[in-house]
Amino acid sequence: MSEQMFPMVAKQALVRRRGKVLVGPVDLTLKGQGTTIVIGPNGAGKTTLLKMLHGIVRMNGGALDWACPREEAQKRQAFVFQAPIMMRRSVVDNIAYPLQLIGVRRKEARARAAVWAERINLGDALGRQATLLSGGERQKLALARALIRAPDVLFLDEPCASLDGRATREIEEILQQAAAEGTRLIMSTHNMGQAQRLADEVILVLQGRIHEFTPAKAFFAGPKTPQGHAFLRGDIVE
Amino acid sequence: MADLLDGMVRAFWLVVTLDSDLVEITLRSLRVTLTALAIAALIALPLAALLSVRRFRLRRTTIAVLNALMGLPPVVVGLIVYVFLSRSGPFGVFGLLFTPTAMIIAQVIIIVPLVASIAHQSLRELWSDYHDLLISMNASQVQRVKALLWDGRRALLTAALAGFGRAIGEVGAIMVVGGNIDHATRVLTTAIALETGKGDFSMALGLGFVLIAMAIAVNLAIHWLGHTESEGRW
Amino acid sequence: MKNVFFGAVASLVLTGAALADDMKLAVTTSFHNSGLAEILLPEIKADLDLDVQLLVVGTGQAIRLGEAGDVDAILVHSKKAEEKFLAGGNGTHRREIMYNDFVFIGPKTDVAAVHAATSAASALQLIAEASAPFVSRGDDSGTHKKELSLWQAAELDPAGFGSWYRAVGAGMGAALNTASGMDAYIMADRASWLNFGNKGDLALLFAGDPVLFNQYAYLPVNPEKHAHAKNDLAMKLEAWLTSDKAKELINAYKINGETLFVFNATQ
Repeated sequence: MSEQMFPMVAKQALVRRRGKVLVGPVDLTLKGQGTTIVIGPNGAGKTTLLKMLHGIVRMNGGALDWACPREEAQKRQAFVFQAPIMMRRSVVDNIAYPLQLIGVRRKEARARAAVWAERINLGDALGRQATLLSGGERQKLALARALIRAPDVLFLDEPCASLDGRATREIEEILQQAAAEGTRLIMSTHNMGQAQRLADEVILVLQGRIHEFTPAKAFFAGPKTPQGHAFLRGDIVE
Repeated sequence: MADLLDGMVRAFWLVVTLDSDLVEITLRSLRVTLTALAIAALIALPLAALLSVRRFRLRRTTIAVLNALMGLPPVVVGLIVYVFLSRSGPFGVFGLLFTPTAMIIAQVIIIVPLVASIAHQSLRELWSDYHDLLISMNASQVQRVKALLWDGRRALLTAALAGFGRAIGEVGAIMVVGGNIDHATRVLTTAIALETGKGDFSMALGLGFVLIAMAIAVNLAIHWLGHTESEGRW
Repeated sequence: MKNVFFGAVASLVLTGAALADDMKLAVTTSFHNSGLAEILLPEIKADLDLDVQLLVVGTGQAIRLGEAGDVDAILVHSKKAEEKFLAGGNGTHRREIMYNDFVFIGPKTDVAAVHAATSAASALQLIAEASAPFVSRGDDSGTHKKELSLWQAAELDPAGFGSWYRAVGAGMGAALNTASGMDAYIMADRASWLNFGNKGDLALLFAGDPVLFNQYAYLPVNPEKHAHAKNDLAMKLEAWLTSDKAKELINAYKINGETLFVFNATQ
């Protein structure tokens, strides 16, 4: 079995752009179990935080370390973006792409991708151009593409933001299945119902800083801070 | 006006009777330009992809220089190549002057900046789309270039066809380095220049119409081969 | 079966051995426009099994190509430039082959009354006095140099001319096109004029002054300066160009019933 990735430790991690601090300083330790949901108002820095943890946004200060070497850690994560990025190729070729990157032969990669396509109900659209899919279909495809290499950690940035109820449910089912199979989910969302359904622990982000980091049950029963309360109530919080 | 109609009639007869001189120079035109295009594409397309994905200090300068080189008059390129290939020049020993090879070399130099510039424009856009995804997936530099080149192939085709258009109609450079030698380095454009100089406008126009028709045919063929208009393709 | 096979191989080998020699000859646009090359080249091929590849350029460029060693011989018509070429050690010698003549072309309306001139010099003086549009080659070619020497002989300096004097910097055909388009006067070699396809309102107005004769000379490139120059083939061609057969072909060459060249090589 490969090395443990967790705990992930961020110390005084900071992201600054054009003189403005977007995230940080952030101190955070993530353990290897469960699903972490990141919530907070628009512009709080949730997206930047996730991208920073995933390593695709450059830090301007502080440190971020996984329990295993960086290269190792990079290969075992995946990210689903808020606006799904579709490659200009067919559905099956999109899902198969991560496998081809690690040297899996085309035929086998496509076969495995086809299985995943079936799982997300796109089994009869294998040859369709991915750019022609609907919003919900795209996000499902992005999810399948992210999960096909069975990553240890999956980051998701408001994956259901522009989806209808049915698509949201399909995505949540796949996520719950992945979580059950041991994938660590770190996901941001605006949907409090979704947060309650999926979270094991909650991170509340305000103005780029982590305001609360609590087990989910405790948070939804009663947040520790007034801003947490206000946020749950639905008040405008900055 | 009479010249135009005359020209069309001449073009028609030349083609219908498969005039042997016409066939010879047309095939040579195609051979020179298509070879130059293939070589130029091999240089320009990966270059364009690399410029899109790699950050390096001179990137903006390189792009600016490439764009500027597009405006280089072909005859100037021809003269520079001539100086290099001339017997009294550094590469004279190879005896390449006044051969189709010299013409190919000149045309490659002329169309690489054009193909690279156009390809770079669209690959840059594609890259800004793919950027987060490919970096997240840990794709190597080579893998990123491959993904851009393959997924962006329609736009690359446009760039290549632009290069083809520039090269097939080019006359200044290949006149200087090829010499327009009958049965050796004469092509459609240099033949047109010759006939114009002789005052035989209807012949020149006739050859011109053949050139246009051939260029259209090549474009259509490439589009057909690439299924650019089929349903569901972007 | 074996015989067929060997026969095929033999013929291939023999064909290879019989591949024609080839050499590069730089000639002027004036010479090429005359159409004489189309008569001579096939005969040369038949008699000498020699492919003469013609590079049709202006005199200036022909001389440059000879100096650079990019051709094996040149055929031009500008004695001063030829002598300079030889003085620089670029050629082995010059051999006169034939001459044709220059003529004055102009609009049929002939505002300068050139047709009535008594000499080339006076024709040019008439044009200058009338400030009639005049197209000059302006490209340092043999024709251009001839034109300049004629102005000099008429005691006129083109540098001081007004805008009626148009130096186009182009070959004979292109310059004739321009003259036709502008209804201007122009000095051309007779052959180019006769073969020119876009005469418009132009006509031949003056000819015959001996000063208008135009001597063509053949200069092989010096093999001592350029070792790769095919001097043996160049000499072979020279021998043919000064032979009786060439004499016959050149003197008999006509356009619209008019002879163009007079063979005058010393044999």
